Amino acid sequence: MSTHVQPGVAGRAHRGRAVRVLLVGIALLYVVVLIVAPLAGIVYYGLRSGFGAIGDTFSQPDVVHAFYLTFLIMLIAVAVTTVFGLAVAFVLARDRFPGKSLLSALVNLPLAVSPVVVGLMAILLFGRGGWFESFFTAQGIQIVFALPSMVLVTIFISIPFVIREVVPLLDELGMDEEQAAWTLGASRLQTFFRITLPNIRWGLFYGMALSAARSIGEVGAVLVVSGLLQGRTETATLYILRAFDQYQPEQGYIVALTLASFSIVLLMAIEFFKRRSVKAAGQE
Amino acid sequence: MAIGVRNVTKRFGDFVALDDVSLAIPTGSLTVLLGPSGSGKSTLLRVIAGLEQPDSGEVAIFETDATDLPPQKRGVGFVFQHYASFKRMSVRDNVAFGLKIQKRPKKEIRSRVEELLELVQLHGLADRYPSQLSGGQRQRMALARALAVEPRVLLLDEPFGALDARVRKELRAWLRRLHDEAPVTTVLVTHDQEEAMEVADRVAVVNRGRIEQYGKPRDLYEHPATEFVMTFVGPVTRFGEAYIRPHDLEVELERGRGNQEATIERIVHLGFEVRVELSLPGGERLEVQLTKREAERLELLNGQRVFIRPSRVAEVEQDAPGAGIVS
Repeated sequence: MSTHVQPGVAGRAHRGRAVRVLLVGIALLYVVVLIVAPLAGIVYYGLRSGFGAIGDTFSQPDVVHAFYLTFLIMLIAVAVTTVFGLAVAFVLARDRFPGKSLLSALVNLPLAVSPVVVGLMAILLFGRGGWFESFFTAQGIQIVFALPSMVLVTIFISIPFVIREVVPLLDELGMDEEQAAWTLGASRLQTFFRITLPNIRWGLFYGMALSAARSIGEVGAVLVVSGLLQGRTETATLYILRAFDQYQPEQGYIVALTLASFSIVLLMAIEFFKRRSVKAAGQE
Repeated sequence: MAIGVRNVTKRFGDFVALDDVSLAIPTGSLTVLLGPSGSGKSTLLRVIAGLEQPDSGEVAIFETDATDLPPQKRGVGFVFQHYASFKRMSVRDNVAFGLKIQKRPKKEIRSRVEELLELVQLHGLADRYPSQLSGGQRQRMALARALAVEPRVLLLDEPFGALDARVRKELRAWLRRLHDEAPVTTVLVTHDQEEAMEVADRVAVVNRGRIEQYGKPRDLYEHPATEFVMTFVGPVTRFGEAYIRPHDLEVELERGRGNQEATIERIVHLGFEVRVELSLPGGERLEVQLTKREAERLELLNGQRVFIRPSRVAEVEQDAPGAGIVS
């Protein structure tokens, strides 16, 4: 019996290895063709015209303003989604109330809705004839085709990331450590900064990095609400679009390369935070 | 009186965790709240600590109304079943936490922490992290952490529940010694009657959100107020219509007045104790506890016909000490 089985096992092991080699091959090919190749393309085209062109591009006020706007929007969106995201995460993890599962599902909605639709919703609310238009017009505040609406849609799109990362951490943490801190005299605020935050910080940073990456890369929603006012409501991604439209691909490549480099730095940060988070979780 | 609980009721949805409970805990005592899981004993402890708000009733700590005080202001130390160690802090920082919150001088904190680590026998492990400690060590750290702020009342919620039997035994003997050296008023919650009997000055037996009896361990054992207390605080066997402790039955070899015929079904040797399982002619089963010496003298065998006699009847006494609500 045993002599009969062994060749079969060996054959199966052999086949197993072949399948594994094939899978690794497919994975590599997939990543190289779809991710590495385009990245290499951007690096090549971005650097092809030399450092002089890069200097020229960055001396254009439009380009400088586009980056300024991109990072300004990112900062506001990350700050808002972090503060409110933490609040929502605490409510979802710690409280029981009717409609909780609905709230939990709603939080993920921005992941499912197309950004263009998000932009359209903002126009419907704040644009001409929108529900809130008259209120803000009376205050003299321009929402649509201006910074406020661009920030608003970016926030909307970045809402889920912090919440999704922090809720499971809070669930796992439980309340024992916090209650122990209370009985030792720590106020709620002291408990948050000394006990809760250190326990969730890597997950929180991870969520913030995801939010930042998403904000920087956003095109669709911002495109709809910005009104495409060159040098005023034009973010870096919108600048790239216009550069290609107006047959100035060189500058488009350079801006794209800069943006991509920043995303890669963020990606590395994300990986770092994720590892710390996993390591921290293992420290039970 | 260190802790006064008056007419406390607490519901979780439809579930009544505490049903009009009153309890007075004397200063310097070690009181055990004993009951099965879900009886409300932990909820009562958490109400005393301020970690749960009662729906009605009052809690006083040292004669001061504490019902509306947050846990920070009650002067209680709390030890949790699952240690609640601050995972990201060293043993030293865990113990120092309360003192740092109080902004005590650094020098004082250092010497106090050293002193406490010595007390709980963790002085060599001050720079370790909780994940590097055993369960027993973590719980001793948690105790040092709670004692650091010199609480007026120490509350322990099943502190040894997550530990293995040997460590549990060691720790409770150690806790009792600690309490004798420095008698901080202590309330300990457990479902383990042996633990309650061993450490407590006084035991409150909790069942279905009510206190069934409150008294000295020996009184509960010998004069149980209810059938529940009788069955919960010690072993029982049914003899006729009533419960009786298995060691209150004697085995005799000759028929005599007041004894009853029975057949030995099984003899279990547990070292000093020998447990004999018997059946009565009617088919009822009961259990007798003998010492090793008694069993050897009687030379009992499986299947043997013997006669049993109750030596003293510890029946449920309605007017037993500590029966009903105690104020």
